[in-house]
Amino acid sequence: MNDTLNGKKQNGVSIGVRRLIAYVVLVLIVFMCLIWFYILFINSTRSNAELTRGFTPLPSSYLFTNLDNLFHGSLPIWNGLFNSFFIAITSAALSTYFSTMTAYAIHVYDFKFKNAVFTFILMVMMIPSQVTALGFLQLVINMGMEDNFIPLIVPQIAAPITFFYMKQYMDSTLPISLVEAARIDGAGEFRTFNTIVLPLMKPAIAVQAIFTFVTSWNNYFIPSLILHDDKMKTLPILIAQLRSADWLKFDMGQVYVMIAFSIFPVILVYLVLSRHIIGGVTLGGVKG
Amino acid sequence: MKKSKIVQYNKWGYIFLIPFMVVYLLFQLIPLITTIWNSFFENYLSGLMQVGPNFVGFGNYADILSNPDLWLYAGNTVIMWILCFIPQLFFSLLLAAWFTDPSLRLKGQGFFKTVIYLPNLIMASAFAMLFYTLFSVSGPINSILMQIGLFKEPFDFLQNIWAARGLVGFMNFIMWFGNTTILLMAGMMGIDPSLFEAAQVDGANSTQIFFKVTLPLLKPIFIYVLITSLIGGLQMFDVPQVLTKSTGDPMRTTLTLIMYLNKHLYSKNYGMGGALSVLLFIITAILSLLVFRFSSGRKEA
Repeated sequence: MNDTLNGKKQNGVSIGVRRLIAYVVLVLIVFMCLIWFYILFINSTRSNAELTRGFTPLPSSYLFTNLDNLFHGSLPIWNGLFNSFFIAITSAALSTYFSTMTAYAIHVYDFKFKNAVFTFILMVMMIPSQVTALGFLQLVINMGMEDNFIPLIVPQIAAPITFFYMKQYMDSTLPISLVEAARIDGAGEFRTFNTIVLPLMKPAIAVQAIFTFVTSWNNYFIPSLILHDDKMKTLPILIAQLRSADWLKFDMGQVYVMIAFSIFPVILVYLVLSRHIIGGVTLGGVKG
Repeated sequence: MKKSKIVQYNKWGYIFLIPFMVVYLLFQLIPLITTIWNSFFENYLSGLMQVGPNFVGFGNYADILSNPDLWLYAGNTVIMWILCFIPQLFFSLLLAAWFTDPSLRLKGQGFFKTVIYLPNLIMASAFAMLFYTLFSVSGPINSILMQIGLFKEPFDFLQNIWAARGLVGFMNFIMWFGNTTILLMAGMMGIDPSLFEAAQVDGANSTQIFFKVTLPLLKPIFIYVLITSLIGGLQMFDVPQVLTKSTGDPMRTTLTLIMYLNKHLYSKNYGMGGALSVLLFIITAILSLLVFRFSSGRKEA
């Protein structure tokens, strides 16, 4: 923070002072973003007795005891973890594959209703799943698919936001001439898509796979309407259940470690891939 | 778009659209239509007695619109959205202006952007559960505030109307300001640099440039951020639901519209739930159309 040296005067406040203010505010903002996760980490390492004695900024040694208690406690935590992972990974795979396919249909081919379809998808992009939840829930009940992962996974095939991102990416990176060259070489349309287009779309697929994974991993509203059996529940439902339980009787160390357990996998993935994710936000530009 | 010479290829356009269309029809369009259909019927459980379904026309709409609960929950939702949106806009603008200011040359931008975007990816229900434990009467925030002597007795944040609403707004602010910062930055970097140079030549300082050049040119992005944030705000659910154990305490002042919908879905009051869904759908559709107008206008410009 010694950049004040080359601060040249500019109508009053020097660059150095402004830079100093910027850094101070940024450090405060970083503190405001991270302090919660720091406290979460510290408290996950402390025993219930230590937690009731008030906060200390240094970690204790009960992290593995708390984890062990959580795994052998009343919550079906391993089921929750597996269910969340399974739903999120299959959702990400289906959503990216079929959204790329839909975008490819609009990008490469020319057909009568092309513009109508494109406009339609853009129009419905903003409709939140909550407003159709009632009809969706009735449909799931009528199909006998309560306590089933299919209604949480298969609808991801029609993901307008992922589609829009893929379409924009194709506009900038996928020349039609490439598809035509593949045709001259005698490749079928389906094969061209799978062996030539998909590999070219890898960067976009990676970004959207992460977003879909995280959205699905965090999703609470729709799964909580559909999954009632303890063995089928996902982590957000278990967290909410923890809140509804008579939590004063709970071992608080276990509560903290449970929250950490649901949050930290995403943080880890994010820290490894953050550069791509932030680039993806800018390119997509469409998020709640 | 270039046209393919051979028409028979183009039938593949339809074939590749089949998965999207079938799934969309089944899981989104049909539910939308049946939701609207339900809103015209009286259909609920009274104790163990099933009432309806009986056709009541717009009866459910008349009932729900004249119910003061709806307006209370709509007010709660908007208030908590404003509590999140105003600080969000302020900090996002400030950070975006600093990050894109060439004369500041801030270092470590990658680090700062990574940190401010991080809360957006956190599971909202887990984040709410975390805040509940941190801000509970016996939690660490009260313990810290008492250790530094700010409070003599623990303060029950969740039993005070404005503390509870403030917490919900604050959590949503933390989760979304990084996203808004990145959107605004993209907008600012899209501004023709020669405009800034011209302003500098004319003797404007960076504060003047920000207010007289940057802000007016950012108007389309502002409108986009405002409307998409409002659409997101209307969907506010996870945070207040988990934070208040679905009660919307104190005295239902943190109960949002989607929490209200959720209550109707759980009690199987499909008529009222349908009417509420349709009202939310209409509001969202109007807001989406505005966004659509603006973003297609932006591309032409």
